[in-house]
Amino acid sequence: MQADRGKFEMTRVALTVNDEKRIVETPPMKRLLDVLREDLHLTGAKEGCGEGECGACAVLMNGDLVNSCLVPILQTQGAEIITIEGIAIDKKLHPIQQCFLEQGGAQCGICTPGMILATYHLLENIPQPTLLQIQEGLNGNLCRCTGYMRIFNSVLAAAAKATPQSETQ
Amino acid sequence: MTNRPQTVGSSPIRKEGRDKVLGRAQYIDDITLPGMWFGATVRSSIPRGRITSISFDPAIPWHEYTIVSAADIPGENTIVHLTKDHPCLAVTHVNHCQEPILLLAHPNRAVLPAAVAAVHITYEELPAIFTIEDSEKKEQIIWGEGENANTFKTYLMQKDQKPIPDEVWQTADYIVEGEYRTGAQEQLYIENNGVIAEYDPEKGVTVRGSMQCPFYLVHALELVFNLPAEKCRVIQTETGGAFGGKEDFPSVIGSHAALLAMKSAHPVKLCYDRAEDMAATTKRHPSRTRHRTAVSKDGKLLAGEIDFAIDGGAYATLSPVVLSRGTIHAPGPYHWPHLTVRAKAMATNIPPHGAFRGFGAPQSIFALERHMDKIAKVVGLTPEELRRRNFLGTGYRTATGQLLKDPVDMQHLLTRALEESNYHAKRKQFDAENPISTIKRGIGFATFFHGAGFTGSGERRLNSLVEIELTAEGRPRILVSSTEFGQGTNTILCQIAADALNLPYEEVLIAQPDTTLVPNSGPTVASRTAMVVGKLVERAAESLLASLAPFLPPLLNRARSRAAQYTRTQFCHAALKYLAQHGSLKTEARYQSPGDIFWDDNTYSGEAYPAYAWAVYVAEVVVDTTTYSAQVTNFYALQEVGKVLHPILAAGQIEGGVAQGIGYALYEKCLWRNGHLANNQMTNYIMPTSADLPSIHVSFEEVPSPHGAYGAKGIGELPMDGPAPAILNAIEHATGLAFNEIPLLPEDIFERMTRIPTSSTEDLDPIIDRDTQVETSEVSA
Repeated sequence: MQADRGKFEMTRVALTVNDEKRIVETPPMKRLLDVLREDLHLTGAKEGCGEGECGACAVLMNGDLVNSCLVPILQTQGAEIITIEGIAIDKKLHPIQQCFLEQGGAQCGICTPGMILATYHLLENIPQPTLLQIQEGLNGNLCRCTGYMRIFNSVLAAAAKATPQSETQ
Repeated sequence: MTNRPQTVGSSPIRKEGRDKVLGRAQYIDDITLPGMWFGATVRSSIPRGRITSISFDPAIPWHEYTIVSAADIPGENTIVHLTKDHPCLAVTHVNHCQEPILLLAHPNRAVLPAAVAAVHITYEELPAIFTIEDSEKKEQIIWGEGENANTFKTYLMQKDQKPIPDEVWQTADYIVEGEYRTGAQEQLYIENNGVIAEYDPEKGVTVRGSMQCPFYLVHALELVFNLPAEKCRVIQTETGGAFGGKEDFPSVIGSHAALLAMKSAHPVKLCYDRAEDMAATTKRHPSRTRHRTAVSKDGKLLAGEIDFAIDGGAYATLSPVVLSRGTIHAPGPYHWPHLTVRAKAMATNIPPHGAFRGFGAPQSIFALERHMDKIAKVVGLTPEELRRRNFLGTGYRTATGQLLKDPVDMQHLLTRALEESNYHAKRKQFDAENPISTIKRGIGFATFFHGAGFTGSGERRLNSLVEIELTAEGRPRILVSSTEFGQGTNTILCQIAADALNLPYEEVLIAQPDTTLVPNSGPTVASRTAMVVGKLVERAAESLLASLAPFLPPLLNRARSRAAQYTRTQFCHAALKYLAQHGSLKTEARYQSPGDIFWDDNTYSGEAYPAYAWAVYVAEVVVDTTTYSAQVTNFYALQEVGKVLHPILAAGQIEGGVAQGIGYALYEKCLWRNGHLANNQMTNYIMPTSADLPSIHVSFEEVPSPHGAYGAKGIGELPMDGPAPAILNAIEHATGLAFNEIPLLPEDIFERMTRIPTSSTEDLDPIIDRDTQVETSEVSA
């Protein structure tokens, strides 16, 4: 919503979104979330709170999990962004997505894109997390429907599906 | 040919789940229509007063904006729920902070906040009231007059329609009194309220958006626009959580957006941000419950007087029916020889409270289940034994005189729940450890029921209709106004139809609710969808099958045994043959009240609900006497909800409800300042995160009910009822302190524990009898 004052000062930002190079002309303080949703028509990231509390807008930026409502687009110059739209593999569900689907990890679905990206990020860093590590890894993502139990099951199932990275590399 | 395994009772993939995990599900804010503008709302900044002037800051290019005031409303200036007290837009007076006064629309969303701030409204302020007590005083009358002054609704519910005889009080061994309070709670769906409206002078109004009850909004639009129902089209879009918060409120935001669309001649999107949603939309009603109970020395409840009051906020909204459910649930799953419940919903200058999962029951059940532990203490029984001596069972009559014909076995549920939670051993262990530790542990429980479906004669009035049609491809498609908002409506209704049609679950389709295409199967509320709508889906499916019978393989016309005697391909061929001959096929089923259900709204007696779910919830807590924080460390939820249609969805419902109940008890506080919600942000309104919740162990006792599809009863609201009292009972076990108000935050525990320095247990020594009527919850100085 900071776009108002910056209406006439446009910035050109080059970034990579889901492995695709994109160039956007935008007010420099426009939120990454709004650029994704309005300029790039990637509506998978949701606005839940607009202040970095709920994680519904979470995306990966250079491999880090960030709340896109708190990132001015200026900061994404040259960055690699991955959104929920970039998670599926060759149009097939990513194992994490498949596990959320099978385990009941998604109810209303509004927190699900952020929750799946948080899970992706967690499993990249800790391929076989303990329950406590899952609870901590996801505690920036609020879910009002599930009480988180089925989400934990989804994460555990996804971790079990993936061979630990140390063994494959 | 083999018998196809039933899909009911298994856990197929959620119907719309794939789109959700892919991030493709289209919620309202994800949708853009050509030429769409954006809306915003100008709201009152004071809780009560007369509007004296409205001016527009000349710095804003107002000619670019559409501005709507009450004068633009073509029909009645009202948001209709049960009465017409609630204006769509304020005209001369405001009765709460954030009351809508003007609406703005502009092609650029980003300029709207500054424009809203540039509308200057002056008021002559009037004295405002913010509590049930202030409202009762009637020094300020803010709603109604005479008997109804400040009072939206009252009920008097008496066992056998008789007052409690005086001699019961005179001869009782004990009289136990207590007062219990619950706070407001925000639904906090992660998707805020939002809609997109269109207006066409010929076709009328179309509103799509996030909501539970499309036909409620149709009804609201009919009045605001003075249009017939067929010119008020409402389409539910994917809904990101609701919990009651999208039951009545979409009538407000939907009407507003439609007014802007009409005046601007553009589609208008009106989506609140979090701060606006929290400040302006409905919450759970705060409550105050007073109990006075006559008890015999062997722990039999002899008589109960319950005064139940809820704060309805500034307008009636759904308060009368919230009050009704709270009233009927106030006596709990116990046998009361004599009982009087006096209930009232009071007006305050707080934004109107509305529906929230549980709908009055969590409030009155919190009071009762805390009070039962208090009675146990007074009488000298364990909380378990006191309840065992008073449980309702099969063949008993409830407080409304309803005969419990279906099997009810609270004794067994309690035994099983206490075993599964290892309650007795833990209680002993904590009793032994607590005196030598600064970390106090406790375990407590609550026993309760929740009625499924609309209260009393409600289902008869709703007269719900369900249809199933064949698509051009020969697939069955369910047509209902029942909405999916995470709880699993789409999935369970398709499971039911699949089994009734003997088809694989994947074959059955369900239409997105659009009021021009689907019949009114009633609102998606009151734990009614699985039981009431599910049954109608089953019947409509049976009717579809009967129509197709001539086209299905022969020898198969023996009703139920027809199942499993054809393949999906044969079904499809039969369907296509039927369509080729007749063009289309749509069957329906309308609600039929069971013949033995009677309800009297005047005496508040009769069959309050067609079926009840029964439950025992056990909470384990730790209270840290250094930080004064209380945390739930383990939770056991055992319930009897009839047949479980989908085990994963059902467990998910219970876990999510328990999480909300834990938030209700220990975290979520609405902080009102001069009638304005001061903490209208997720930063300082604290809901449980993944790191705050204990393991939630869910178990079901399955006793199929004759009322619902395949034996299902209601499930959705039940888990909201039990956690708060179970947790506070556990905290009393841990600390010896009886806390009777929620939310219970560390500062409340601190205040109480430091009030009398050395006390960590309650002084129960004074003899408690009917002469002294000692208030036992307070530590005597």
